[in-house]
Amino acid sequence: MSGIEFQARLRLGDFQLDADFTGAERVTALFGPSGAGKSTVLRLIAGLLRPDEGRIVLAGRTVFDSAAGIDLPARKRRVGLVFQDGLLFPHMSVRQNLLYGPWARRVPRPVSFDRTVEILDIGKLFDRAPRHLSGGERQRVAIGRALLSDPAVLLMDEPVAAIDLERRAEILPYLASLTAEFPVPLLYVSHAMEEIERLAQKVVRIRDGRVEE
Amino acid sequence: MDFTPDEWQAIWLTLRVAVVAVLGSLPFAVAVAWVLSYTRFPGKIVVEALLSMPLVLPPVVTGYALLILLGRHGVIGHFLDRDLGIVLAFRWTGAAVAAAVMGFPFMVRGIRLSFDSIDRDLEGAAASLGAPGWLVFLTVTLPLSFPGLLSGAVLAFGRSLGEFGATITFVSSIPGETRTISSAIYALLQTPDADSMVLRLCAVSVVLSFWSLLISELLIRAGQRRLLR
Repeated sequence: MSGIEFQARLRLGDFQLDADFTGAERVTALFGPSGAGKSTVLRLIAGLLRPDEGRIVLAGRTVFDSAAGIDLPARKRRVGLVFQDGLLFPHMSVRQNLLYGPWARRVPRPVSFDRTVEILDIGKLFDRAPRHLSGGERQRVAIGRALLSDPAVLLMDEPVAAIDLERRAEILPYLASLTAEFPVPLLYVSHAMEEIERLAQKVVRIRDGRVEE
Repeated sequence: MDFTPDEWQAIWLTLRVAVVAVLGSLPFAVAVAWVLSYTRFPGKIVVEALLSMPLVLPPVVTGYALLILLGRHGVIGHFLDRDLGIVLAFRWTGAAVAAAVMGFPFMVRGIRLSFDSIDRDLEGAAASLGAPGWLVFLTVTLPLSFPGLLSGAVLAFGRSLGEFGATITFVSSIPGETRTISSAIYALLQTPDADSMVLRLCAVSVVLSFWSLLISELLIRAGQRRLLR
């Protein structure tokens, strides 16, 4: 079984997306130049944008199917999102950010909490405000927040692009140990090939809104 | 400064009218600002223009419109009086309605601008974490727009403190009921040898306006510092 089945068409002004791909069981990289539609694909999967038509299946669950009239709202898709600049809630502490998912869905603190915090090495940051974190710390918290919402898939949109080159090496090992520990399919968007090759089992190339074979 | 009972009455009434006007219209302003910022519909630009009308209309016209709509024999006021026993014309509550209407565009504008400036992806992140729409609004949208909400409310409060034209047209200037600082000053200007009282009330006006602006600036700065990313 694959993590993500994606087929969608969408017109956004001058931009036309018409993409069809199947992700690997674990880590899939979505690779292409900027403006190719990578972020649009993530938004469509997360339910922040709606395709004109198509079908999106996440870990065996259909979250969108225009033919069958299925369109789950973002909050029911169980998608863990990590954006380029983290998008932590600026008015909450690191701890509140991490526990927002379980709190919003009124489920108890996940059993994986301590282990997640340990792997990401963010235990010391709990009481800090996001603005007092470095770029790398912010991304680690964002990854933790996404994982703790018990996602069916993880979507990362260039999670290290906003971090300076020498610091990127700090975060990639965390990603590697996470993908080893948590069996959640990961779709990783990037335009830098060397990051991707270390992690991904499958690379989907996208250009001008289309998947290149 | 020692104030006469009449002066105290006007000061107290002005504050009460402004506070009631702002608190009463705040939920409506938030709702309208939300619709303008988050939805698209045909004719939106017309709605936006209509909402800003009190900014550009002569206040006396707004006051007259209120009288026609909400007066005892008005289009709506007639039913309010007969069925609910609510009378607004020539009452302090009517002064609060007039102040609310005049301040509404300021409030909506301030709140709407801060809604517009919120990163929609931040709300998307909250939704993806499992929060229903109302919870996203309460825990992300509203706290992040707090500085704008506050500045909108304070501008409307300031507008209420100074409101004169619509108020005097709709509810007149009845001592103890609808005679606010502005209408008291106007009444005193028609009275011989009242210059010192006029000056005292003007001073009160200046002090009230200055403090409300100062407090709002401080609150907004504190809020923004907290929200900086």
